[in-house]
Amino acid sequence: MSTQVFYFVATLSIIFSLLVIFAKNPIHSVLYLILTFFTFTVHYVLLNAQFLAVVNFIVYMGAIMVLFLFVLMLLNLNKETEPSKSPLIKIVGVIAGGCLVVTLIGSLKSASITSPLILKNPGLGLVENLGKELFGPFLLPFELSSLLLLAAMVGAVLLSKRDEVEA
Amino acid sequence: MDSAFVIEKFILVAVIFGISLVIAMYSTYAERKVAAYLQDRLGPDRAGPFGILQPLADGLKMFMKEEIIPTSSNRFLFIAGPGLALLCACIGTAVIPWGSPVLIAGKTIPLQVSDINVGVLYIFGVVSLGVYGVMIGGWASNNKYSLLSAIRAASQNISYEIAMGLSIIALLLMTNTLSLKEIVDQQHGWRWNVLYQPLGFLIFMVCSFAETNRAPFDLPECETELIGGYHTEYSSMKLGFYLFAEYINMFVSSAVMAALYWGGYNYPGMDSMAVWLGPTWAPLFGTAVFFGKICAFIFFFMWVRWTIPRFRYDQLMNLGWKGLIPLAIANIIITGVVIAIIEKF
Repeated sequence: MSTQVFYFVATLSIIFSLLVIFAKNPIHSVLYLILTFFTFTVHYVLLNAQFLAVVNFIVYMGAIMVLFLFVLMLLNLNKETEPSKSPLIKIVGVIAGGCLVVTLIGSLKSASITSPLILKNPGLGLVENLGKELFGPFLLPFELSSLLLLAAMVGAVLLSKRDEVEA
Repeated sequence: MDSAFVIEKFILVAVIFGISLVIAMYSTYAERKVAAYLQDRLGPDRAGPFGILQPLADGLKMFMKEEIIPTSSNRFLFIAGPGLALLCACIGTAVIPWGSPVLIAGKTIPLQVSDINVGVLYIFGVVSLGVYGVMIGGWASNNKYSLLSAIRAASQNISYEIAMGLSIIALLLMTNTLSLKEIVDQQHGWRWNVLYQPLGFLIFMVCSFAETNRAPFDLPECETELIGGYHTEYSSMKLGFYLFAEYINMFVSSAVMAALYWGGYNYPGMDSMAVWLGPTWAPLFGTAVFFGKICAFIFFFMWVRWTIPRFRYDQLMNLGWKGLIPLAIANIIITGVVIAIIEKF
């Protein structure tokens, strides 16, 4: 049952993520990206990682994608404002993309199918256990990453402030 | 999963869905009556006795109106917007505990669709998703006013979500759980969380007003500047969906406030009532008390709407970022220090 759901949702994830790239309208791209993130949330639920699922839901779908949509709506992109790319850039892009595909195929060929991962503790993803892990053995990395986020936030505020002083 | 479980949940979902729609429907009537009372008027009184058939008449009018889809709009998203708004408003009811388990025909039935252990975060996620309906509808209308309104709605929601999340953190420090059912059960009798977290409740309530786009935070539909806001181009039942979603949102956030801070289905003297009424009627009485609290909050929403004028946009942002967020952080620190002191001694 759970395997079938996984394959169904995984197919949806792939379809939506392809649509993100192939959609002509940037707003549609963002909406497909939201759907892709929603399928990821379902994947987390299938893995019994409820906390990750709901955080993915709140942070990615509820906050980051709203900001993406917000910025795109303000930019009001359409055909006329689209920058025209020179053929040279297009050729370079095709070559770079081709290299990536070749590398991926090469690495996939050498890879073998691993046995399915079985969690030692199926309740690991629940809030209580996750919190104990994060604030126990992983306290230092956790706090350091939060410091990093704080630094990034302060940096962003500073960058937006500097223009105001100069102007 | 046995079929009895599925049927039980299905009936529960249908009942909750029906009740929230009826309450939303009569909220529109109540809103007009409250407005009329506050402005010393009579309000709707033509359809039926005291005008209680007014919501039905309104609904019929909405269905009968001509449906207009602007030619330059994005057709699919234009239709998807109101649907999404209503869907996001409705799915929040899934995790709210409506009452303690009821004994019906020898079977104990929990009055909650699903007691997931991240219930509070689920509500938070649904709230943050609610803005998509407005944003998509506003953008798809291909109208400058609608777009401005959509952008306002997005920035307002994101700003107030932060303060809302921070005010919930202080509550979670006290309750030690994310399950709504456990949070409500901890407030047995008189131990309501609002007595321990008055500041947190105040912040949460102000943020709920902003998240539901209710006055004084109804800038997305500010008619003096934006005609009708995000639903300028909408007509017929699609407009009805947007208006309806607002009332359902109001109902759900009233229920969340009542459950998180005002004890949910708990009331003083509930233990003696439980003995007196028995295992079937006592929980149902608790549910009635819960609905009484919800109605009180809905009335409060309306009272505020007809009393306080709308904010200006910079005032809104100042209040959110410079007022509520620092207050919420201070609340977290105070709560943490007090809990640490209590645990130490």
